[in-house]
Amino acid sequence: MTVKYTREHEWIRIEGDLATVGITFYAQEQLGDVVFVELPEADTSADQGAEVAVVESVKAASDIYAPVTGTIIESNSELSERPELVNEDPENDGWFFKMQLSDPSELDDLLDEADYQAFIQEEL
Amino acid sequence: MTDLHSLALESFHTEQGAKFAPFAGYKMPIQYPLGVKGEHLHTRESVGLFDVSHMGQLLVEGPGITEALETLVPAALQEMAPGQIRYSQLTLNNGGILDDLMLTRWNDTTWGLVVNGACKHVDMEHMRAMLPDSIQMNYLDTHALIAVQGPRARDALTRMMPEAGELVFMRAVQTTWSGHPITLSCCGYTGEDGYEISIANTHAQELAEALTTLEETTWVGLGARNSLRLETGLCLYGNDLTIETTPIEADLLWSIQKRRRTNGGFLGADTILQQINDGPPRKRVGIAPADGRTPLRDHTLLKNSAGDEVGEITSGGFGPTFEGPIAMGYVTHNMSTPGTELFAEVRGKSLPCTVCDPIFVQQRYVRSL
Repeated sequence: MTVKYTREHEWIRIEGDLATVGITFYAQEQLGDVVFVELPEADTSADQGAEVAVVESVKAASDIYAPVTGTIIESNSELSERPELVNEDPENDGWFFKMQLSDPSELDDLLDEADYQAFIQEEL
Repeated sequence: MTDLHSLALESFHTEQGAKFAPFAGYKMPIQYPLGVKGEHLHTRESVGLFDVSHMGQLLVEGPGITEALETLVPAALQEMAPGQIRYSQLTLNNGGILDDLMLTRWNDTTWGLVVNGACKHVDMEHMRAMLPDSIQMNYLDTHALIAVQGPRARDALTRMMPEAGELVFMRAVQTTWSGHPITLSCCGYTGEDGYEISIANTHAQELAEALTTLEETTWVGLGARNSLRLETGLCLYGNDLTIETTPIEADLLWSIQKRRRTNGGFLGADTILQQINDGPPRKRVGIAPADGRTPLRDHTLLKNSAGDEVGEITSGGFGPTFEGPIAMGYVTHNMSTPGTELFAEVRGKSLPCTVCDPIFVQQRYVRSL
Protein backbone atom coordinates (compact mmCIF):
# COMPACT_ATOMS: atom_id res chain seq x y z
CA MET A 1 0.00 0.00 0.00
CA THR A 2 1.34 3.40 -1.05
CA VAL A 3 0.12 6.88 -0.20
CA LYS A 4 0.62 9.74 -2.66
CA TYR A 5 -0.27 13.42 -2.51
CA THR A 6 -1.28 16.19 -4.92
CA ARG A 7 -0.40 19.90 -4.91
CA GLU A 8 -4.15 20.44 -4.40
CA HIS A 9 -3.75 18.85 -0.96
CA GLU A 10 -5.41 15.51 -1.64
CA TRP A 11 -4.06 12.18 -0.46
CA ILE A 12 -4.42 9.00 -2.54
CA ARG A 13 -4.06 5.60 -0.87
CA ILE A 14 -3.30 2.98 -3.52
CA GLU A 15 -4.10 -0.71 -3.14
CA GLY A 16 -3.65 -2.56 -6.44
CA ASP A 17 -5.67 -0.61 -9.03
CA LEU A 18 -7.92 0.94 -6.36
CA ALA A 19 -7.32 4.46 -5.05
CA THR A 20 -8.99 5.97 -1.99
CA VAL A 21 -8.97 9.79 -2.05
CA GLY A 22 -9.37 12.43 0.66
CA ILE A 23 -7.93 15.78 1.69
CA THR A 24 -4.87 16.17 3.88
CA PHE A 25 -4.65 17.25 7.50
CA TYR A 26 -3.07 20.49 6.28
CA ALA A 27 -5.96 21.08 3.84
CA GLN A 28 -8.67 20.67 6.49
CA GLU A 29 -6.74 22.98 8.78
CA GLN A 30 -6.69 25.66 6.08
CA LEU A 31 -10.39 25.16 5.26
CA GLY A 32 -11.58 25.41 8.85
CA ASP A 33 -14.77 23.72 10.02
CA VAL A 34 -16.25 21.64 7.20
CA VAL A 35 -20.04 21.92 7.02
CA PHE A 36 -20.96 20.24 3.74
CA VAL A 37 -19.47 17.79 1.27
CA GLU A 38 -20.88 17.07 -2.19
CA LEU A 39 -19.62 13.73 -3.51
CA PRO A 40 -19.57 12.12 -6.95
CA GLU A 41 -21.97 9.30 -7.82
CA ALA A 42 -20.66 5.79 -8.24
CA ASP A 43 -19.90 4.50 -11.74
CA THR A 44 -18.99 7.92 -13.10
CA SER A 45 -15.72 8.28 -14.93
CA ALA A 46 -13.40 11.19 -14.30
CA ASP A 47 -10.31 12.51 -16.04
CA GLN A 48 -7.29 13.52 -14.01
CA GLY A 49 -7.88 17.09 -12.81
CA ALA A 50 -11.68 17.04 -13.28
CA GLU A 51 -13.83 18.66 -10.56
CA VAL A 52 -15.57 15.72 -8.91
CA ALA A 53 -16.49 16.88 -5.41
CA VAL A 54 -17.02 20.04 -3.37
CA VAL A 55 -16.13 20.65 0.23
CA GLU A 56 -17.65 23.65 1.99
CA SER A 57 -16.34 25.08 5.22
CA VAL A 58 -17.66 27.94 7.31
CA LYS A 59 -15.43 30.11 5.15
CA ALA A 60 -15.87 29.04 1.52
CA ALA A 61 -16.52 26.32 -1.03
CA SER A 62 -13.54 24.46 -2.52
CA ASP A 63 -13.45 22.07 -5.46
CA ILE A 64 -11.92 18.61 -5.13
CA TYR A 65 -10.27 17.26 -8.27
CA ALA A 66 -9.80 13.69 -9.46
CA PRO A 67 -6.09 13.08 -8.77
CA VAL A 68 -5.90 10.42 -11.49
CA THR A 69 -8.07 9.21 -14.38
CA GLY A 70 -10.49 6.43 -13.58
CA THR A 71 -13.97 5.42 -12.50
CA ILE A 72 -15.54 6.45 -9.21
CA ILE A 73 -16.70 3.25 -7.56
CA GLU A 74 -17.82 4.47 -4.17
CA SER A 75 -18.30 7.70 -2.17
CA ASN A 76 -18.15 8.07 1.60
CA SER A 77 -21.87 8.43 2.39
CA GLU A 78 -21.00 9.00 6.06
CA LEU A 79 -19.82 12.52 5.11
CA SER A 80 -23.36 13.61 4.16
CA GLU A 81 -24.48 13.23 7.74
CA ARG A 82 -21.17 14.00 9.43
CA PRO A 83 -19.11 16.45 7.33
CA GLU A 84 -17.06 17.20 10.47
CA LEU A 85 -15.30 13.84 9.92
CA VAL A 86 -13.17 15.70 7.36
CA ASN A 87 -11.76 17.78 10.23
CA GLU A 88 -11.69 15.05 12.84
CA ASP A 89 -10.04 12.29 10.83
CA PRO A 90 -9.13 13.66 7.38
CA GLU A 91 -6.74 10.90 6.37
CA ASN A 92 -8.87 7.91 7.49
CA ASP A 93 -12.63 8.05 8.27
CA GLY A 94 -12.90 11.37 6.41
CA TRP A 95 -12.10 9.85 2.98
CA PHE A 96 -14.11 11.22 0.02
CA PHE A 97 -14.30 8.58 -2.72
CA LYS A 98 -12.68 5.45 -4.19
CA MET A 99 -11.56 5.16 -7.81
CA GLN A 100 -10.58 2.36 -10.12
CA LEU A 101 -7.43 3.54 -11.88
CA SER A 102 -7.27 3.60 -15.69
CA ASP A 103 -3.64 4.58 -16.00
CA PRO A 104 -1.42 3.68 -13.01
CA SER A 105 1.50 5.53 -14.65
CA GLU A 106 -0.24 8.81 -13.66
CA LEU A 107 0.73 8.00 -10.08
CA ASP A 108 4.36 8.63 -10.92
CA ASP A 109 3.69 12.37 -11.23
CA LEU A 110 2.18 12.64 -7.74
CA LEU A 111 4.13 13.62 -4.63
CA ASP A 112 5.33 11.17 -2.01
CA GLU A 113 4.99 12.11 1.64
CA ALA A 114 8.41 13.78 1.95
CA ASP A 115 7.81 15.84 -1.21
CA TYR A 116 4.37 16.87 0.02
CA GLN A 117 5.69 17.93 3.44
CA ALA A 118 8.33 20.02 1.69
CA PHE A 119 5.62 21.49 -0.58
CA ILE A 120 3.44 22.67 2.33
CA GLN A 121 6.48 24.08 4.13
CA GLU A 122 6.95 26.33 1.09
CA GLU A 123 3.29 27.41 1.27
CA LEU A 124 3.55 28.33 4.95
CA MET B 1 -0.45 43.52 1.88
CA THR B 2 1.95 46.46 1.63
CA ASP B 3 -0.52 49.05 0.33
CA LEU B 4 -2.94 48.38 3.14
CA HIS B 5 -3.59 50.56 6.15
CA SER B 6 -2.65 49.05 9.48
CA LEU B 7 -4.88 48.99 12.52
CA ALA B 8 -3.42 50.70 15.57
CA LEU B 9 -3.67 47.31 17.32
CA GLU B 10 -2.10 45.20 14.54
CA SER B 11 0.81 43.94 16.65
CA PHE B 12 -1.58 43.22 19.52
CA HIS B 13 -3.73 41.06 17.20
CA THR B 14 -0.62 39.28 15.92
CA GLU B 15 0.20 38.40 19.53
CA GLN B 16 -3.35 37.05 19.91
CA GLY B 17 -2.64 34.68 16.99
CA ALA B 18 -4.72 36.50 14.37
CA LYS B 19 -4.62 35.58 10.68
CA PHE B 20 -5.01 38.68 8.54
CA ALA B 21 -6.68 39.43 5.22
CA PRO B 22 -7.30 42.63 3.26
CA PHE B 23 -10.70 44.22 3.79
CA ALA B 24 -11.83 47.79 3.07
CA GLY B 25 -8.22 48.83 2.44
CA TYR B 26 -7.05 47.55 5.83
CA LYS B 27 -5.06 44.53 6.94
CA MET B 28 -7.79 43.05 9.14
CA PRO B 29 -7.89 40.09 11.57
CA ILE B 30 -9.99 37.50 9.73
CA GLN B 31 -9.76 34.82 12.44
CA TYR B 32 -7.94 33.89 15.62
CA PRO B 33 -6.80 30.45 16.85
CA LEU B 34 -10.35 29.48 17.95
CA GLY B 35 -11.45 29.52 14.28
CA VAL B 36 -14.53 30.97 12.61
CA LYS B 37 -17.01 28.46 14.04
CA GLY B 38 -15.59 28.56 17.56
CA GLU B 39 -15.49 32.36 17.57
CA HIS B 40 -19.06 32.53 16.30
CA LEU B 41 -20.39 30.14 18.95
CA HIS B 42 -18.41 31.84 21.71
CA THR B 43 -19.99 35.19 20.81
CA ARG B 44 -23.51 33.69 20.95
CA GLU B 45 -22.78 32.06 24.32
CA SER B 46 -20.48 34.52 26.04
CA VAL B 47 -18.61 37.59 24.69
CA GLY B 48 -16.72 38.25 21.46
CA LEU B 49 -14.28 41.14 21.03
CA PHE B 50 -13.95 42.72 17.56
CA ASP B 51 -11.54 45.37 16.33
CA VAL B 52 -13.65 47.33 13.85
CA SER B 53 -11.40 50.38 13.67
CA HIS B 54 -11.62 50.28 9.86
CA MET B 55 -15.10 51.78 10.23
CA GLY B 56 -15.36 55.50 9.59
CA GLN B 57 -16.01 57.47 12.77
CA LEU B 58 -17.14 61.03 12.12
CA LEU B 59 -18.14 63.93 14.34
CA VAL B 60 -20.26 66.50 12.53
CA GLU B 61 -21.25 69.77 14.13
CA GLY B 62 -22.67 73.17 13.43
CA PRO B 63 -25.90 75.17 13.50
CA GLY B 64 -28.84 73.40 11.86
CA ILE B 65 -26.96 70.10 11.67
CA THR B 66 -29.99 67.96 12.53
CA GLU B 67 -32.13 69.41 9.73
CA ALA B 68 -29.18 69.26 7.32
CA LEU B 69 -28.53 65.56 8.07
CA GLU B 70 -32.21 64.81 7.49
CA THR B 71 -31.76 65.80 3.84
CA LEU B 72 -29.24 62.93 3.48
CA VAL B 73 -30.93 60.08 5.39
CA PRO B 74 -34.55 58.87 5.59
CA ALA B 75 -34.52 58.43 9.38
CA ALA B 76 -36.30 60.97 11.60
CA LEU B 77 -33.55 62.74 13.54
CA GLN B 78 -35.27 65.81 14.99
CA GLU B 79 -37.31 63.72 17.45
CA MET B 80 -34.25 61.93 18.86
CA ALA B 81 -33.04 62.46 22.44
CA PRO B 82 -29.41 63.25 23.31
CA GLY B 83 -27.51 59.96 23.50
CA GLN B 84 -29.95 58.17 21.21
CA ILE B 85 -28.66 56.18 18.20
CA ARG B 86 -30.54 55.45 14.97
CA TYR B 87 -29.66 53.21 12.03
CA SER B 88 -30.18 54.76 8.61
CA GLN B 89 -28.84 54.99 5.06
CA LEU B 90 -27.17 57.70 3.00
CA THR B 91 -29.53 57.69 0.03
CA LEU B 92 -28.98 58.88 -3.54
CA ASN B 93 -31.27 60.71 -5.97
CA ASN B 94 -32.40 57.43 -7.56
CA GLY B 95 -33.33 56.01 -4.14
CA GLY B 96 -30.23 53.78 -4.07
CA ILE B 97 -28.03 53.44 -0.99
CA LEU B 98 -24.56 55.04 -0.91
CA ASP B 99 -23.89 53.52 2.52
CA ASP B 100 -25.66 52.51 5.70
CA LEU B 101 -24.70 54.07 9.00
CA MET B 102 -25.34 54.70 12.68
CA LEU B 103 -26.15 58.23 13.82
CA THR B 104 -25.86 59.33 17.46
CA ARG B 105 -27.34 62.62 18.59
CA TRP B 106 -25.12 64.26 21.22
CA ASN B 107 -26.84 67.64 21.36
CA ASP B 108 -28.58 70.16 19.08
CA THR B 109 -25.39 70.93 17.17
CA THR B 110 -23.29 67.74 17.38
CA TRP B 111 -23.79 64.27 15.88
CA GLY B 112 -21.57 61.19 15.83
CA LEU B 113 -21.68 59.00 12.71
CA VAL B 114 -20.25 55.54 12.09
CA VAL B 115 -20.05 54.53 8.42
CA ASN B 116 -18.59 51.50 6.64
CA GLY B 117 -14.82 51.32 6.22
CA ALA B 118 -14.98 50.58 2.50
CA CYS B 119 -17.25 53.60 1.87
CA LYS B 120 -15.96 56.20 4.31
CA HIS B 121 -14.03 58.41 1.89
CA VAL B 122 -16.86 58.47 -0.67
CA ASP B 123 -19.32 59.16 2.15
CA MET B 124 -17.27 62.10 3.38
CA GLU B 125 -17.04 63.59 -0.13
CA HIS B 126 -20.80 63.17 -0.54
CA MET B 127 -21.60 64.76 2.82
CA ARG B 128 -19.10 67.56 2.35
CA ALA B 129 -20.72 68.40 -0.99
CA MET B 130 -24.27 68.24 0.39
CA LEU B 131 -23.90 69.82 3.83
CA PRO B 132 -23.69 73.62 4.29
CA ASP B 133 -20.21 75.11 4.77
CA SER B 134 -21.15 76.07 8.32
CA ILE B 135 -21.16 72.36 9.24
CA GLN B 136 -17.79 71.00 10.35
CA MET B 137 -16.96 67.38 9.63
CA ASN B 138 -14.21 65.71 11.65
CA TYR B 139 -12.90 62.31 10.59
CA LEU B 140 -11.78 60.49 13.74
CA ASP B 141 -9.04 58.32 12.24
CA THR B 142 -7.27 59.05 15.50
CA HIS B 143 -9.69 56.63 17.19
CA ALA B 144 -10.05 52.87 17.40
CA LEU B 145 -13.44 51.14 17.62
CA ILE B 146 -13.73 47.94 19.64
CA ALA B 147 -16.98 45.95 19.70
CA VAL B 148 -17.88 43.85 22.75
CA GLN B 149 -20.75 41.54 21.80
CA GLY B 150 -22.67 38.68 23.36
CA PRO B 151 -25.16 37.71 26.06
CA ARG B 152 -22.58 38.19 28.82
CA ALA B 153 -21.16 41.45 27.42
CA ARG B 154 -23.30 43.54 29.76
CA ASP B 155 -22.11 41.82 32.94
CA ALA B 156 -18.51 41.67 31.81
CA LEU B 157 -18.20 45.26 30.62
CA THR B 158 -20.13 46.70 33.57
CA ARG B 159 -17.32 45.45 35.85
CA MET B 160 -14.95 47.66 33.83
CA MET B 161 -17.28 50.59 33.12
CA PRO B 162 -20.37 50.92 35.33
CA GLU B 163 -22.11 53.07 32.66
CA ALA B 164 -22.46 49.98 30.45
CA GLY B 165 -25.05 48.51 32.80
CA GLU B 166 -27.27 51.57 32.41
CA LEU B 167 -27.37 51.64 28.60
CA VAL B 168 -30.15 50.02 26.60
CA PHE B 169 -30.02 49.15 22.90
CA MET B 170 -29.35 52.17 20.67
CA ARG B 171 -28.23 54.49 23.46
CA ALA B 172 -24.75 55.93 23.89
CA VAL B 173 -22.78 57.90 26.45
CA GLN B 174 -19.55 59.89 26.40
CA THR B 175 -17.57 59.02 29.49
CA THR B 176 -14.08 58.05 30.63
CA TRP B 177 -12.39 54.73 31.29
CA SER B 178 -9.11 54.57 33.21
CA GLY B 179 -8.89 58.34 32.80
CA HIS B 180 -9.29 58.25 28.99
CA PRO B 181 -12.30 59.72 27.15
CA ILE B 182 -14.43 57.06 25.45
CA THR B 183 -17.71 56.86 23.59
CA LEU B 184 -19.70 53.85 24.74
CA SER B 185 -22.56 52.84 22.41
CA CYS B 186 -25.00 50.00 23.03
CA CYS B 187 -25.29 48.56 19.53
CA GLY B 188 -23.45 46.13 17.28
CA TYR B 189 -23.50 43.83 14.29
CA THR B 190 -24.00 40.37 15.75
CA GLY B 191 -27.68 40.43 16.73
CA GLU B 192 -26.60 40.14 20.38
CA ASP B 193 -26.64 42.62 23.24
CA GLY B 194 -23.36 44.47 23.32
CA TYR B 195 -21.36 47.64 22.87
CA GLU B 196 -18.99 49.53 20.65
CA ILE B 197 -16.26 51.52 22.37
CA SER B 198 -14.49 54.40 20.64
CA ILE B 199 -11.15 55.33 22.19
CA ALA B 200 -8.05 57.25 21.03
CA ASN B 201 -5.52 55.02 19.23
CA THR B 202 -2.97 55.92 21.89
CA HIS B 203 -5.05 54.18 24.59
CA ALA B 204 -6.55 51.40 22.46
CA GLN B 205 -4.04 48.77 23.51
CA GLU B 206 -4.65 49.44 27.20
CA LEU B 207 -8.38 48.92 26.58
CA ALA B 208 -7.81 45.82 24.43
CA GLU B 209 -5.65 44.25 27.14
CA ALA B 210 -8.20 44.99 29.85
CA LEU B 211 -11.01 43.48 27.75
CA THR B 212 -8.87 40.40 27.02
CA THR B 213 -8.40 39.71 30.72
CA LEU B 214 -12.19 39.48 31.27
CA GLU B 215 -12.91 35.77 31.65
CA GLU B 216 -15.93 35.85 29.30
CA THR B 217 -14.10 37.25 26.28
CA THR B 218 -12.30 35.99 23.21
CA TRP B 219 -11.16 37.86 20.08
CA VAL B 220 -13.27 37.34 16.98
CA GLY B 221 -12.28 38.05 13.37
CA LEU B 222 -14.19 39.26 10.32
CA GLY B 223 -15.04 35.67 9.32
CA ALA B 224 -17.30 35.09 12.32
CA ARG B 225 -18.48 38.71 12.25
CA ASN B 226 -19.97 37.89 8.85
CA SER B 227 -21.72 34.68 9.91
CA LEU B 228 -23.01 36.34 13.10
CA ARG B 229 -24.59 39.25 11.22
CA LEU B 230 -25.97 37.04 8.44
CA GLU B 231 -27.66 34.62 10.88
CA THR B 232 -29.50 37.52 12.51
CA GLY B 233 -30.60 39.03 9.18
CA LEU B 234 -28.36 42.11 9.19
CA CYS B 235 -27.31 43.59 5.84
CA LEU B 236 -23.72 43.96 4.65
CA TYR B 237 -23.09 47.04 2.53
CA GLY B 238 -21.58 46.06 -0.83
CA ASN B 239 -23.35 42.67 -0.77
CA ASP B 240 -26.93 43.21 0.37
CA LEU B 241 -27.12 46.99 -0.02
CA THR B 242 -25.67 48.89 -2.98
CA ILE B 243 -26.26 52.07 -4.98
CA GLU B 244 -28.71 49.93 -7.00
CA THR B 245 -30.92 48.90 -4.07
CA THR B 246 -33.41 51.11 -2.24
CA PRO B 247 -34.18 50.86 1.49
CA ILE B 248 -37.65 49.55 0.59
CA GLU B 249 -36.29 46.80 -1.65
CA ALA B 250 -33.88 45.99 1.20
CA ASP B 251 -36.85 45.59 3.58
CA LEU B 252 -35.59 48.44 5.78
CA LEU B 253 -38.89 50.33 5.98
CA TRP B 254 -38.67 49.95 9.78
CA SER B 255 -35.73 52.38 9.72
CA ILE B 256 -37.84 55.14 8.11
CA GLN B 257 -40.01 56.74 10.78
CA LYS B 258 -43.57 57.88 10.09
CA ARG B 259 -42.91 61.61 9.52
CA ARG B 260 -40.30 60.89 6.85
CA ARG B 261 -42.57 58.34 5.12
CA THR B 262 -45.19 61.06 4.73
CA ASN B 263 -43.14 64.21 4.20
CA GLY B 264 -40.00 62.91 2.47
CA GLY B 265 -37.37 65.63 2.21
CA PHE B 266 -34.34 63.35 1.69
CA LEU B 267 -32.42 62.31 -1.42
CA GLY B 268 -34.34 59.72 -3.42
CA ALA B 269 -37.59 60.36 -1.52
CA ASP B 270 -39.66 60.31 -4.74
CA THR B 271 -38.66 56.75 -5.55
CA ILE B 272 -38.65 55.56 -1.95
CA LEU B 273 -42.10 56.99 -1.05
CA GLN B 274 -43.53 55.63 -4.30
CA GLN B 275 -42.16 52.16 -3.41
CA ILE B 276 -43.64 52.43 0.10
CA ASN B 277 -47.07 53.01 -1.49
CA ASP B 278 -46.93 50.70 -4.50
CA GLY B 279 -44.47 48.04 -3.35
CA PRO B 280 -40.90 47.65 -4.59
CA PRO B 281 -40.12 45.75 -7.84
CA ARG B 282 -37.97 43.30 -5.87
CA LYS B 283 -37.37 42.54 -2.23
CA ARG B 284 -34.68 41.23 0.10
CA VAL B 285 -35.65 37.84 1.57
CA GLY B 286 -34.09 34.83 3.24
CA ILE B 287 -33.48 31.73 1.12
CA ALA B 288 -33.37 28.19 2.52
CA PRO B 289 -32.33 25.13 0.47
CA ALA B 290 -35.00 22.40 0.63
CA ASP B 291 -32.37 19.75 1.44
CA GLY B 292 -31.39 21.76 4.55
CA ARG B 293 -27.72 21.10 3.83
CA THR B 294 -26.27 22.81 0.74
CA PRO B 295 -24.78 26.24 1.49
CA LEU B 296 -25.76 28.90 -1.06
CA ARG B 297 -22.94 31.34 -1.72
CA ASP B 298 -22.89 35.00 -2.80
CA HIS B 299 -24.01 35.62 -6.43
CA THR B 300 -25.89 32.31 -6.77
CA LEU B 301 -28.67 32.86 -9.35
CA LEU B 302 -32.28 32.16 -8.41
CA LYS B 303 -34.85 30.94 -10.95
CA ASN B 304 -38.55 30.08 -11.00
CA SER B 305 -39.92 26.69 -12.05
CA ALA B 306 -40.03 27.88 -15.68
CA GLY B 307 -36.28 28.53 -15.53
CA ASP B 308 -36.57 32.35 -15.66
CA GLU B 309 -34.13 34.29 -13.55
CA VAL B 310 -35.99 35.88 -10.60
CA GLY B 311 -33.16 36.95 -8.32
CA GLU B 312 -29.77 36.41 -6.78
CA ILE B 313 -28.21 35.47 -3.43
CA THR B 314 -26.30 38.48 -2.08
CA SER B 315 -24.92 36.87 1.11
CA GLY B 316 -24.81 33.18 1.81
CA GLY B 317 -22.94 30.72 3.96
CA PHE B 318 -23.31 28.43 6.93
CA GLY B 319 -24.71 29.43 10.30
CA PRO B 320 -22.92 27.71 13.20
CA THR B 321 -25.72 28.56 15.66
CA PHE B 322 -28.49 27.82 13.14
CA GLU B 323 -26.56 24.64 12.28
CA GLY B 324 -27.41 24.93 8.62
CA PRO B 325 -27.16 27.02 5.48
CA ILE B 326 -28.13 30.69 5.81
CA ALA B 327 -28.62 33.08 2.91
CA MET B 328 -30.29 36.30 1.90
CA GLY B 329 -30.87 37.74 -1.53
CA TYR B 330 -33.22 39.66 -3.77
CA VAL B 331 -36.18 38.21 -5.64
CA THR B 332 -38.89 39.81 -7.76
CA HIS B 333 -41.82 41.08 -5.70
CA ASN B 334 -44.18 38.30 -6.86
CA MET B 335 -41.70 35.67 -5.59
CA SER B 336 -41.03 37.30 -2.20
CA THR B 337 -43.77 35.75 -0.03
CA PRO B 338 -42.32 33.35 2.57
CA GLY B 339 -42.92 29.79 1.45
CA THR B 340 -42.51 30.56 -2.26
CA GLU B 341 -40.57 27.79 -3.97
CA LEU B 342 -37.72 28.61 -6.34
CA PHE B 343 -34.47 27.12 -7.60
CA ALA B 344 -30.85 28.06 -6.97
CA GLU B 345 -28.28 27.38 -9.68
CA VAL B 346 -25.54 25.52 -7.80
CA ARG B 347 -22.69 24.04 -9.82
CA GLY B 348 -24.85 23.55 -12.89
CA LYS B 349 -27.76 21.98 -11.03
CA SER B 350 -31.12 23.44 -9.98
CA LEU B 351 -31.39 23.15 -6.22
CA PRO B 352 -34.96 23.52 -4.82
CA CYS B 353 -35.20 26.37 -2.28
CA THR B 354 -37.82 28.21 -0.28
CA VAL B 355 -38.22 31.93 0.45
CA CYS B 356 -38.07 32.54 4.22
CA ASP B 357 -37.56 35.25 6.83
CA PRO B 358 -33.92 36.40 6.62
CA ILE B 359 -33.66 36.23 10.42
CA PHE B 360 -32.38 32.69 11.02
CA VAL B 361 -31.41 33.32 14.66
CA GLN B 362 -33.46 35.74 16.78
CA GLN B 363 -31.85 39.06 17.70
CA ARG B 364 -31.41 39.45 21.46
CA TYR B 365 -31.09 43.17 22.09
CA VAL B 366 -31.69 44.59 25.58
CA ARG B 367 -34.32 47.27 24.94
CA SER B 368 -35.26 47.96 28.58
CA LEU B 369 -33.68 47.43 31.98
